[in-house]
Amino acid sequence: MADELLKSTNLPHDPERATLEGKNKFLGFWFFLGGETVLFASLFGTYLALKNSHLDGVPASELFGLGLVFIMTMILLTSSLTSVYAMYHMKNNAPKKMMLWLGITVLLGLSFLGLEIYEFNHYVNDYGHGFTTSAFSSAFYALVGFHGAHVAFGLGWFILLMVRNWKRGINLYNAPKFYIASLYWHFIDVVWVFIFTVVYLMGVVG
Amino acid sequence: MSATATKKAGFGSVLWDYLTTVDHKKIAILYLIGGFFFFILGGLEAMLVRIQLIQPDNNFVSAQFYNELITMHGTTMIFLAAMPLLLALMNIAMPLQIGARDVAFPFVNALGFWLFLIGGIVLNISWFTGGAPDAGWTAYTPLSIFSEGHGLDYYSIGLQIAGFGTLMGGINFLVTVITMRAPGMTMMRMPLFSWTTFIASVLILFAFPALTVGLFLLTFDRLFGANFFDPSMGGNVVIWEHLFWIFGHPEVYILILPAFGVFSEVIPTFSKKRLFGYSSMVFATVLIAFLGFMVWAHHMFTVGLGPIANSIFAIATMAIAVPTGIKIFNWLFTMWGGTLRFTSPMLFALGFIPSFTIGGMTGVMLGAAAADFQYHDTYFVIAHFHYVIVGGTVFGIFAGLIYWWPKMFGKVLNEKMNHWFFWLFFIGFHLTFFLQHFLGLMGMPRRYWVFLEGQGLDLFNFISTIGAFFMAAGTILFMYNIVWTAMKEPKASGDPWDGRTLEWAVSSPPPHYNFKQLPLVRGLDPLWIEKTEGNGKMQPAEPLGDIHMPNNTIIPLIMSIGLGIAGMGIIYQVDNPMWWIVAVIGFIIFFGSMAVRSLKDDLGHHIHKEDLEKEGDGSNG
Repeated sequence: MADELLKSTNLPHDPERATLEGKNKFLGFWFFLGGETVLFASLFGTYLALKNSHLDGVPASELFGLGLVFIMTMILLTSSLTSVYAMYHMKNNAPKKMMLWLGITVLLGLSFLGLEIYEFNHYVNDYGHGFTTSAFSSAFYALVGFHGAHVAFGLGWFILLMVRNWKRGINLYNAPKFYIASLYWHFIDVVWVFIFTVVYLMGVVG
Repeated sequence: MSATATKKAGFGSVLWDYLTTVDHKKIAILYLIGGFFFFILGGLEAMLVRIQLIQPDNNFVSAQFYNELITMHGTTMIFLAAMPLLLALMNIAMPLQIGARDVAFPFVNALGFWLFLIGGIVLNISWFTGGAPDAGWTAYTPLSIFSEGHGLDYYSIGLQIAGFGTLMGGINFLVTVITMRAPGMTMMRMPLFSWTTFIASVLILFAFPALTVGLFLLTFDRLFGANFFDPSMGGNVVIWEHLFWIFGHPEVYILILPAFGVFSEVIPTFSKKRLFGYSSMVFATVLIAFLGFMVWAHHMFTVGLGPIANSIFAIATMAIAVPTGIKIFNWLFTMWGGTLRFTSPMLFALGFIPSFTIGGMTGVMLGAAAADFQYHDTYFVIAHFHYVIVGGTVFGIFAGLIYWWPKMFGKVLNEKMNHWFFWLFFIGFHLTFFLQHFLGLMGMPRRYWVFLEGQGLDLFNFISTIGAFFMAAGTILFMYNIVWTAMKEPKASGDPWDGRTLEWAVSSPPPHYNFKQLPLVRGLDPLWIEKTEGNGKMQPAEPLGDIHMPNNTIIPLIMSIGLGIAGMGIIYQVDNPMWWIVAVIGFIIFFGSMAVRSLKDDLGHHIHKEDLEKEGDGSNG
């Protein structure tokens, strides 16, 4: 039995859900994402309540520039697509190609994170918009920072999985692990779409 | 492994076995020990509060200590006593009831327990390091951000850790119910306790993240200079109240629904009748959970949300009385014409019905927004929620503990002592809290350290304190009973209560794989069907074969300890940046053990068919 799980041949079409453990992980992770949705909803609610409380600091309309954020959005959306390619190759039992696309996903995620750090740095140093400046700044960094922490955690997760499984193929034991990591990555992407809309677009326009 | 087998092993190996266990039956025992410890602690805090209020102008405890006592009493009882004790019942009964060999995520289950324990310990360390939290269990801002010392930091960090644990447990139970049911066990054949476990887990999943965010914001404000709740920096104190009650109101249904589930098991068993209106019971449970998310602002009627918001929340609140009423009548109709046996779990169920109905009635009174301006923050509220939480949840916990005690420890608790326990506790409960309704209506505010002489409050407060001593005496008797039973009572059979559901089809305590062959479920109350239509034993749904079981692991404990260390570092880094080192070490332990868990293949092990054949059949032959 145990050997069966670690064999990379004769995989079914959906290796991530072929075992009970895999099915449980798949379902459990969807539930977890449901809880995460409430977490971010609470942060969004807090942000919306405080977004005009900038006191003497810079208001959202003067702070945000859409150019950089647009590039970040495109990078993160693309990384979601590349993780889909990776899962496609996982289902076709092509571990090398999967690793390649996961690698690209990680690189895109890293560049997103780099740009976000640059962005925060820019706000703090050029606009005096720090975490403790006003209720607005606290709420902004809490919401966007929580998302950034999720991105960082997701990157660590992908890298760990890639290193661990670099030399062995896809099997019924590790396929669910890859799959839920990519689910997590999509979730992060969806949250970012809302951040882009609610924080940046509404900040500049509304 | 059965209790007799572990008895022969040395203390060290038993301890190691429990520290590393992933078996839901042992985790249930751990939850019971942890939850009961905090129940005693919270009870002692309550006793000190009541002694302080035994007479006017009393000076038994200082005002500051009194504030810490009321805060920690509430926090301990809700998060560290009631929830873990319910999780103990869920862990012991639910997998057996649905005919599963284990839960979906045994590792996560263990992690949930250890996080709860470490969170509770972190919270209580505050007693020894300069003062416990003192802003009430609701920790309303801005009081909680300006409270001096580290008490409130312990509150936010301790509850954060314990809350993660509960969330883990909730997800585990959700998946277990969906994927692990035995052949033939459809959702609408599931025992009501398993249903309420399922629904309470949904509530946990969607309610706890709001608390997580609230606690994070509180931590940021207190320790990292953020301004969420500081009005002078543009913050808004009402955000905390919203986040707290968006979590807090579903929380009371997380506490009460499993208790409803226990009574829905106990009443049919001791009435020798199937549960009346099974599907309406399921429907009512789902409806209560659904409505439970839409009523949080009834805790905030006096905040000033305006008449429209208050009216909407008032009506939604009163609507919950309808499904709850359905349940009350279904329990009554289950007993109607049944062959009643007045065992101690049944006594708790019978005591529950009128007590909880009173609590529900005062709940509707409080739900009337205009009237609530009078009741708000008085002893009327205290009386109300103790009637629902003690009269509902605590009665349910005791009924469930006595009912499933043989499944945990292989022995039935001494019935005679439990009858005494019930009457002491029941009379004490009503003595303590019934008169508090009137104290509240007479204008006595909650959370006050002293009350003045000559305001007509003396006698009722005195009687209330005497009642608390009755409850304490009952609890002590129950603890004595536990020890006495362990030493003197004979071993119980697999089915000591003449039960109806699957947990009574296996031995007491069950073998660690629960069912040697998964049972074939032919309808609601599957064991009762076999008793009346078959040979009294469950028919197997599969041939005898190897059983796959998860491996024990120490990682959940290490992860939780890591998070506890990190929490302590975060609390004290404001005093001395060197504490960051402690925090970083804690996080390294936490994420490091998470990585070990991810990197190390853990495929579990198999119990071989040949070994299974050697053992008994595991059922009550």
